[in-house]
Amino acid sequence: MTLTDWTVVLPVALALGGTALCAVFWWRPVIQSAIGIVITLLMLVSAGVLVCTVATEGPQTMAMSGWPGPFGIVFAVDLLGAGLAFVTALVGLLILIYNFGDQSSDYRRVGYTPLLLAMLAGVSGAFLTGDIFNLYVWFEVLIIGSFGLLILGGKKAQLDGAIKYATLNLLATTFFLIATGLLYGLTGTLNMADLASKVAAVDNRALVNVVAALYLLAFGMKAAAFPLFFWLPASYHTPKPGVSAVFAGLLTKVGVYALYRVFTLIFPASDTIFADLLIWIAGATILAGGLGAIAQTDIRRLVAFTVVGGIGYMLVGLALQSPLALTGGLFYIFHSMLISTALFLAVGIAGRLGGSYDIAKLGGLYRARPAFAMMFLVVLFAVAGVPPFSGFWPKVVLVQASLAADAPWLAGVILVGGFLTLVAVARAFAAAFWDNGEEEPPRATHYGDRVGALMLPTLVIIGLSVLMGLAAEPVVQLAGQAAAGLSDPSAYIEAVLGGSE
Amino acid sequence: MIAIAVLSGFVLAVFAPFVHRLTKPLSGWVLAALPAAIFFYFVQMMPQIAHGETVRAAWDWVPSFGVTLSFYVDGLSLIFALLISGIGAFIVAYAGGYLKGHKDHGRFMGFILAFMGSMLGLVLADNLITLFVFWELTSITSFLLIGFNHDKPRSRRAAIQALVVTGGGGLALLGGLLLLGVAGGSFELSELLASGSIAENPYYLPIFLLVLAGAFTKSAQVPFHFWLPNAMEAPTPVSAYLHSATMVKAGVYLLARMNPILGGTDIWELVLPVFGGITLLTGTLLGLRQTDVKQILAYTTVASLGLLVMLIGIGTDVAITAAVLYLISHALFKGGLFMVAGSIDHSTGTRETVRLSGLGKVMPLTALAGLLAGLSMMGIWPFFGFIAKEVIYEATLHHDPRMWITAVAIIGNSLMLAAAALVGLRPFFGKLLQTPKEPHEGSPSLWLGALTLGVLGVVFGMMSHFSGEYLVAPMASAIGGRDIHTALHLWPEVSLPLALSGVTIFLGFIWFWQIDHLRSLLYAATQRLWGPDHGSDQFLAALVRVSKNLTGLLQTGRLNFYITFTLTMLALTLGIPVIAYGLLPTSIVLPDVALHIYGVFGLTVVGALALLFARSRLQAILSMGVTGFSVALIFLIFGAPDLAFTQFMVETLSVVIIALVLLRLPVDTYDRRDFLPSLRDAGLAISIGVAFTSIMMAIGAEPLDLTLTEYFAANSYLEAHGRNIVNVILVDFRALDTLGEIAVVLVAGLAALALIKVRDGILTSPDANRVTREDEA
Repeated sequence: MTLTDWTVVLPVALALGGTALCAVFWWRPVIQSAIGIVITLLMLVSAGVLVCTVATEGPQTMAMSGWPGPFGIVFAVDLLGAGLAFVTALVGLLILIYNFGDQSSDYRRVGYTPLLLAMLAGVSGAFLTGDIFNLYVWFEVLIIGSFGLLILGGKKAQLDGAIKYATLNLLATTFFLIATGLLYGLTGTLNMADLASKVAAVDNRALVNVVAALYLLAFGMKAAAFPLFFWLPASYHTPKPGVSAVFAGLLTKVGVYALYRVFTLIFPASDTIFADLLIWIAGATILAGGLGAIAQTDIRRLVAFTVVGGIGYMLVGLALQSPLALTGGLFYIFHSMLISTALFLAVGIAGRLGGSYDIAKLGGLYRARPAFAMMFLVVLFAVAGVPPFSGFWPKVVLVQASLAADAPWLAGVILVGGFLTLVAVARAFAAAFWDNGEEEPPRATHYGDRVGALMLPTLVIIGLSVLMGLAAEPVVQLAGQAAAGLSDPSAYIEAVLGGSE
Repeated sequence: MIAIAVLSGFVLAVFAPFVHRLTKPLSGWVLAALPAAIFFYFVQMMPQIAHGETVRAAWDWVPSFGVTLSFYVDGLSLIFALLISGIGAFIVAYAGGYLKGHKDHGRFMGFILAFMGSMLGLVLADNLITLFVFWELTSITSFLLIGFNHDKPRSRRAAIQALVVTGGGGLALLGGLLLLGVAGGSFELSELLASGSIAENPYYLPIFLLVLAGAFTKSAQVPFHFWLPNAMEAPTPVSAYLHSATMVKAGVYLLARMNPILGGTDIWELVLPVFGGITLLTGTLLGLRQTDVKQILAYTTVASLGLLVMLIGIGTDVAITAAVLYLISHALFKGGLFMVAGSIDHSTGTRETVRLSGLGKVMPLTALAGLLAGLSMMGIWPFFGFIAKEVIYEATLHHDPRMWITAVAIIGNSLMLAAAALVGLRPFFGKLLQTPKEPHEGSPSLWLGALTLGVLGVVFGMMSHFSGEYLVAPMASAIGGRDIHTALHLWPEVSLPLALSGVTIFLGFIWFWQIDHLRSLLYAATQRLWGPDHGSDQFLAALVRVSKNLTGLLQTGRLNFYITFTLTMLALTLGIPVIAYGLLPTSIVLPDVALHIYGVFGLTVVGALALLFARSRLQAILSMGVTGFSVALIFLIFGAPDLAFTQFMVETLSVVIIALVLLRLPVDTYDRRDFLPSLRDAGLAISIGVAFTSIMMAIGAEPLDLTLTEYFAANSYLEAHGRNIVNVILVDFRALDTLGEIAVVLVAGLAALALIKVRDGILTSPDANRVTREDEA
């Protein structure tokens, strides 16, 4: 085994080790931060190497404790998983930098870094594992980590949000666990590559469909899809913006990833009723996100609803399952991970400048901070899918795929969803940035201490998003290659089970 | 080279604020060098294009999706590019003078240049997606420019309104373009144009309607006209450039571009002239109602766009020639008149026609520019506008229903003539009136552009042979998709069109003479009328209200509701397939086991029932414990001692912990619940329970795959060196799961620690509670 082979498991191992190390240095927040930065940097490097390896050599696997699949737990990474793990590490690193400016050292004293690393371990593990029960374990890790992050600060609103978040997410993971139990009873295996053929061989399709429906419910809820998205807008606006940012960027995508994996590999949606069901869910999620965003008066809640709407676009890709649609859906996932994070980071800066997150109270930031205002506008347009920013390309592709799939109404829903988001963000920008209110001269705004730590990650991530829009081709190629791996998982299955049979 | 011409605008836009700071008093002239250079670049292409050649240049952009950064120069796009860059140069210079001393001057210059790049890209794009990208960029830059005076609520409202209308239309257009690409078999306009009409395609109608939605919103056709007059909140250079000479013509450009592909059908020749005609009359009538010079100009712009749409809809050779003539002359005179209006505003401090008079003496050059532009707009010989008007009548007279179309054109043109006189002539003649500021002639940047455009209006008219050869014919041929070469005559023949011109001028002067009566009449007629302008506010308000109500249905803020709803979804997810697939067990066979086992099963039921009817919390916890322990007993009896021990531990701990927690809460409270919610919850619980049981039984009836079990049994002792298979699975076969669960326990501990410390008040920094508490919903 060379070092590159280890990259399959390194992101998780690093994050878990980092968590433990931070626990050792519990009273030394500075050391914890340093550990966090180093760990996420290493995660980024190893995930980057992994992406390159997978892109050139195909899916990579590693059998835990040396027990081959399907008997032991196998980590199995295709391009989708590797790409997601890479973005996870990137977002984690940027968030840690951001929090140097965002939080007082008190915050870090109460365990910010170890909790974040634990969550990153859970997220990366979910993207990298090839075993469905192990996936459940990583879900638990990420939920408990995120719950810890959510309550840091201990404001009443936070506890309210955290309890809703934890209760509903634990319900969803319980559904996931039950579904996995049933699936094991039906097939006698937990290895996802093995499940692909075992599930296909089950004669009683009724039972297969029941289990698949339960998975759809569980992962759909994790992904914040209609109609079970309420836990997200109920909680995402309560913690510090740096925490909201990492949640918005990563957590729902784990649910979406699980849906993509399960409904392409184990229950290919194209030959079940789930394709139709997913289309409806996707369309409704897009509209619910758009309408929800328009209804908000708190800019963080507005952003939370745009995250919900984004889930709908990703599900369109899964529902249609054509290579074009999958490419669009995957592109959207990567776009959304960056832009949702960027939105909350920028919202955090706006909140610090304006002293509020209430759209009506913010006001006047355009006059006071024109450069920041333009930056913010770019993010808003990107999330609304306005060209030439990154949200535009997946939208075009998904509209095309809908038309090709003879679902013009779905194309219409995608476009209307974009329109609703555009209305929401334009109104918010005009009110929060243009409107100077009654104050004359306009109020003083201060970035406060350590603004560089806030600005650097925000700029990096916005820059990446803009680059993704202007030079979309490399991302499209990667998304296309990943989509091809989903459409035809034979290489993935071969990589996992090839050795044992 | 074309790409540089298009994209350089964006590059300079980024640096414009710096350039402005460095070259302050002259920044307008300095920055105008770029549009001027672009203009001359396109000028040198004129002979080539006039000879019927086209130029295409393409670079890969997103080749996987078939998107190329491709540009296509033919007669249509070239003339547009010339107008955009030529007028753009004057506008940039003009803005340098107009906004002198404004605090955001540099930013403004950046926006204007970015707009110019977007607009050039729009008209030159060959790829449909690229065209759309630039189309949206013009909407964005327009949004920023209309909202430039962002302190004013009216500006913000106008900016949002324009973005909502044009952005909404843009999304329809995107749908239309994507369908067109599929239906026409190519995303390159040049190829689509070469393969001709797609009228026979089954997608024709949706494509037509969607493209129309894009074009009509952008080019302010009734009923989407309202955003354009409101957009006059922008500084005058913006009004002159975006909202009269260039951007609002994007819709007209699109229709002209699509004419060979979508035109010539019955519905095209019906819808375009009808909407165009209505827009022409609405625009002129609403325009004469106004007293603000910019408002009058804005409404006549709406009217002119209607006229252009009408002519394109007619689609004959003469009509297309008329559209081209009018489009060019309109860009010249309207751009000029807006700049004149801005100069007057700048120098006198007012734009009210009733207060503007006799300015010719103090502002002679501005007056000359206004006169030239005004006369061209009125269609007086020998201006370019005159030739345009002659050809318009020739076109309307040769298309059925000719009476109607011609009548609409005459009324529209005569009203437009009155408006032109009101704006271009009246302020400069008569007695000088008192104005808020002392009127004075502005700097050259403020009159040079308008004057040049005005002079061009005469020159193009006088040199009708030249303009016909190099401007009109190439553009008309490109629009028609065939060779269109209509001879232009400076000296009119004595014919019906000439007579109609006479009628138009006569009528126009009557309107002008009676303008005050006409205005009060129009005002009285329309002031109580509901209009789409008001309607757009109502639409937005309704949208917000509906959004709030719909979102509130699900986002109630109550955890109780969330849980109930989630469990209802679970019941449906399981119940529907259970019933649909008939998984409900048909008969229940009691297993043949010893009596004491029935006793254990009975105990679980007793515990559950006791929980339901518990009178106090403590009783409830203990009942739950009974169920838990009896389940553990079942595990024990059926040969899973490890599981049973775990269950015993968990149950003991849960009961102890919950009891400890209850020490701090009132133990004896009886949680009374109403009957209906109880019934609802009971229904949920029973249906979920029945469904799960049915599914479990059905799965139990399936053959069990024992591959893994056999492997574990075979390897547990020999390979992993453990006799207890469950233990070996936990610590070896599936050790990673255990590691993960340990991590969960660790992190849960950390989170609890964090929570306790936070509660103890370690976090006392003022930052912690700076943002006021906001509960959900």
